[in-house]
Amino acid sequence: MTLLEAHDLTKHFPLRRGLFSKALGAVRAVDGVSFTIEPGRTLGVVGESGCGKSTTAKLVLKLEEPTGGEIRFDGQSLQSLDADGIRRYRKSVQAVFQDPYASLSPRMRVGSIIAEPLVTNEKLAKGEAKKRVAHLLERVGLPERAADLFPHEFSGGQRQRIAIARALALSPRLVVLDEPVSALDVSIRAQILNLLVDLQRDLGLAYLFIAHDLAAVAHMSHAIAVMYLGKIVEYGPAKTVAADPKHPYTQALFAAALPAHPDEKRDEIILTGEVPSPINPPAGCHFHPRCPHVMPRCSTEVPPLGVALGREVACHLYGGAP
Amino acid sequence: MTDQPLLELDKLSTHFVTARGTRVVKAVDEVSLTLRAGETLGVVGESGSGKTTLALSIMRLLPTAARIVGGGLRFAGEDLLAKSPSEMRHIRGKRIAMILQDPMASLNPLFTVGDQVAEPVRVHEHTGRRGARERARSLLKAVKIPAPEQRLREYPHQMSGGMRQRIVGAIAMSCEPRVLIADEPTTSLDVTIQAQYLKLLRDLQKEHGLALIFITHNLGIVARMCDSVAVMYAGRVIEAGPVRTIFNAPVHPYTQALIESIPRLGGGPSRLTAIDGQPPDLASLPPGCSFQPRCPRAFDRCREEAPGAITITPGHDARCWLAVK
Amino acid sequence: MSVSTAAPSPAPAVGLPWVSRLAAIRTEGFPTIPIVILLVLVFTAAFAEFIAPHNPEVGSLSQRFKPPAWVAGGSAQHWLGTDHIGRDVLSRLIFGARVSMIVGFTAVIFAGVLGTALGILSGYFGGWVDQVIMRITDTWLALPALTFAIFLAAIVGPSEWNIVIILGAVYWTRYARVIRGEVLSIKERDFVRLAIVAGCSKTKIMRQHVLPNVLNSAIVLATLMLGVVIVTEAALSFLGVGVPPPKPAWGLMLADGKKGLMAGYWWLTVFPGVCIVLMVLSANLLGDWLRVKLDPQLRQL
Repeated sequence: MTLLEAHDLTKHFPLRRGLFSKALGAVRAVDGVSFTIEPGRTLGVVGESGCGKSTTAKLVLKLEEPTGGEIRFDGQSLQSLDADGIRRYRKSVQAVFQDPYASLSPRMRVGSIIAEPLVTNEKLAKGEAKKRVAHLLERVGLPERAADLFPHEFSGGQRQRIAIARALALSPRLVVLDEPVSALDVSIRAQILNLLVDLQRDLGLAYLFIAHDLAAVAHMSHAIAVMYLGKIVEYGPAKTVAADPKHPYTQALFAAALPAHPDEKRDEIILTGEVPSPINPPAGCHFHPRCPHVMPRCSTEVPPLGVALGREVACHLYGGAP
Repeated sequence: MTDQPLLELDKLSTHFVTARGTRVVKAVDEVSLTLRAGETLGVVGESGSGKTTLALSIMRLLPTAARIVGGGLRFAGEDLLAKSPSEMRHIRGKRIAMILQDPMASLNPLFTVGDQVAEPVRVHEHTGRRGARERARSLLKAVKIPAPEQRLREYPHQMSGGMRQRIVGAIAMSCEPRVLIADEPTTSLDVTIQAQYLKLLRDLQKEHGLALIFITHNLGIVARMCDSVAVMYAGRVIEAGPVRTIFNAPVHPYTQALIESIPRLGGGPSRLTAIDGQPPDLASLPPGCSFQPRCPRAFDRCREEAPGAITITPGHDARCWLAVK
Repeated sequence: MSVSTAAPSPAPAVGLPWVSRLAAIRTEGFPTIPIVILLVLVFTAAFAEFIAPHNPEVGSLSQRFKPPAWVAGGSAQHWLGTDHIGRDVLSRLIFGARVSMIVGFTAVIFAGVLGTALGILSGYFGGWVDQVIMRITDTWLALPALTFAIFLAAIVGPSEWNIVIILGAVYWTRYARVIRGEVLSIKERDFVRLAIVAGCSKTKIMRQHVLPNVLNSAIVLATLMLGVVIVTEAALSFLGVGVPPPKPAWGLMLADGKKGLMAGYWWLTVFPGVCIVLMVLSANLLGDWLRVKLDPQLRQL
């Protein structure tokens, strides 16, 4: 059974001038997004600034409430949860964020940081908590004595391991990874990505892996969703999407991804223009002003996400049935 | 293109001394490089490798705690280390230009784009206001900014990151420098904007015969943009050579691991090669080769003696004892 | 990539070492003198009974206006002279230290606790809580502190405890403002978000994550406020609405001594003045050093 489903998820942030005046418009950060996450599998979400991927993460983590649509976890809608239900949900869904320097409270010892979810949710005895912390540190490849140190005594990669250990403390079933390796040195990234893959295999974790690094997403994910200005433009199995992207934006993203070797051929698809702002997205297909294959109907009709060639694409080039 | 290198570094060393004089950090340790007109050199390294200090050393823009303590630095045959501060001022921005990572930090929020783009022209070439404004407009056009006339009157905060970085590029190119040092210029940009920007740099280079030093931690940029590569670790260049040679036959285990640790788009091993351990603390380097604690192939000699630059093939050097084993 | 065959030129000294040394002194200089001064004052205040040669509140009229010992007419009995009632200036200064210290520290702590708590609540909850607290703070701040203090003192009547409460009530706003600003930025940081994700309640987050991270600022602000509070207390005493006589307070001594200035009795004002200056200056220097020491961004390489 699907672990998490999002249906038509929408989040608009109203723009107001001053404190008491009317709303001027809205930032349509997430605009009708639907996806599923299977247990033990990774859904990779990729896109550039303003695409809504971080807001989607916050919605899944219940750090923000959707303005429309719903999220179901284990079949139960998140909106209908009472305080107890929310607590149970938080035990099942945890997060690792991008900045290893901001994720850990600077004035707490590492042991307390990792133990915090346990102490908050499970009322453990001190000795028991210490044992669990030691076990978690071992899982992420850190020595037991790390528990007594402060975050600033560790490097970026090590802090990210601490953040992962804390995320694992409550034995969650889904971990939201929001750009977990972007802020790390290149040689450390591989360490952390390998660790995440190992943990998924050993613990049966599901991941929502958000990143702008296409290659990392393609490497880690079983399914990929490509977002642009609040909408999903392409969605399907990772191998299918990565091997043969169909949406012009996905193609441009893949072409723009840097090669791993000087002789690696890339189609030169250089998009014109800027990544537009989600406050005033273009009419019709949001991508049409930059699309190399734009047609007249693209500026008036919003293409629905329809099935075509083994995945879902939102593009008038492929008139698939929704 | 003459055969004489445009920029030559010969065992250049820059050290940071802490205020009490107790600790010396060898941020740049005997780095030798050559760069010819029209060439793109990639300097690859992670945080703490010394690549930014190297760039600042070439421009002689080091902070007060740092000093160039040894080696040679020649630009178009002239000795840069012997230049007085006012002579360096004439070189900086005019003959050697630099662009940095964060465009918002490079641009003054209080002045219009037009003022800032025109500034180097007015300073170096003593052009009047109107002439400089005209130059600014054509520069903005050259970096493909739409509606340049309007942009001249705008302020940096009114533009997107990609556009700001182009403005920074326009400022750098304004006096037609021979060498452009780009220190991680695309790290803060979105992927598609980065692609645009890299293409712009390539076009500018072709048009002007520019020599480009591209400092980055991203091997993908090196693969796409560079003719030759220098890999830095703990302040030293541990491997250098033409880009294809380095990617096809890297000798130094760090270079090999870097190349293998990058996830590949077209499939690849499910387990990435990771480098154990942490990047080194420049204030307390291990004995012998600075990479040996993390090196999977280190042996006794590595722990005792730091290797010098060993020539593998002409043009390809590596600081690794494996090369002479 | 070939090694250049050009001969290396001698490396000139680039960079100015004396500039960086100066910078180091400023940031690394341990404030020994201010701390010694403050410790001496604390010690004096604590052991006033044992140190003071005379009773500060009782004097003999036959001994009035005696100058300090090293001036003609003075005696070793009264090292720093006597005042208009014949009370020993040195003893009054010593006991006055106690008053200034107690009032100063207590008021600062009271203002600090109140201001920090309100600042945290205001910053973290936002919304109408923030608006209400901030409007009160704004109004409070708009009133000139000294006038306000005098006003309150006139209402509740002068006594040592009242002064503490008044000073606390006047100065909590400075904390609230600063702490609220810090909380606003802390609350957006990832570790707070992750604490929410981990299921922590708002109270727990404020106590465990927000408070420890604003403590630095609160402490630095406290040392800086110490000076302000002591000067205000001195001003209140000077104006007669502070600590009531015959209890010695430095400000009160200034007020009393003012009358004697025209007659040339300079020691009645100079010594209390010097004490006030020393204490305030030391507190400020300590606060300045603490601010640099505790700010991770200013820490050296």
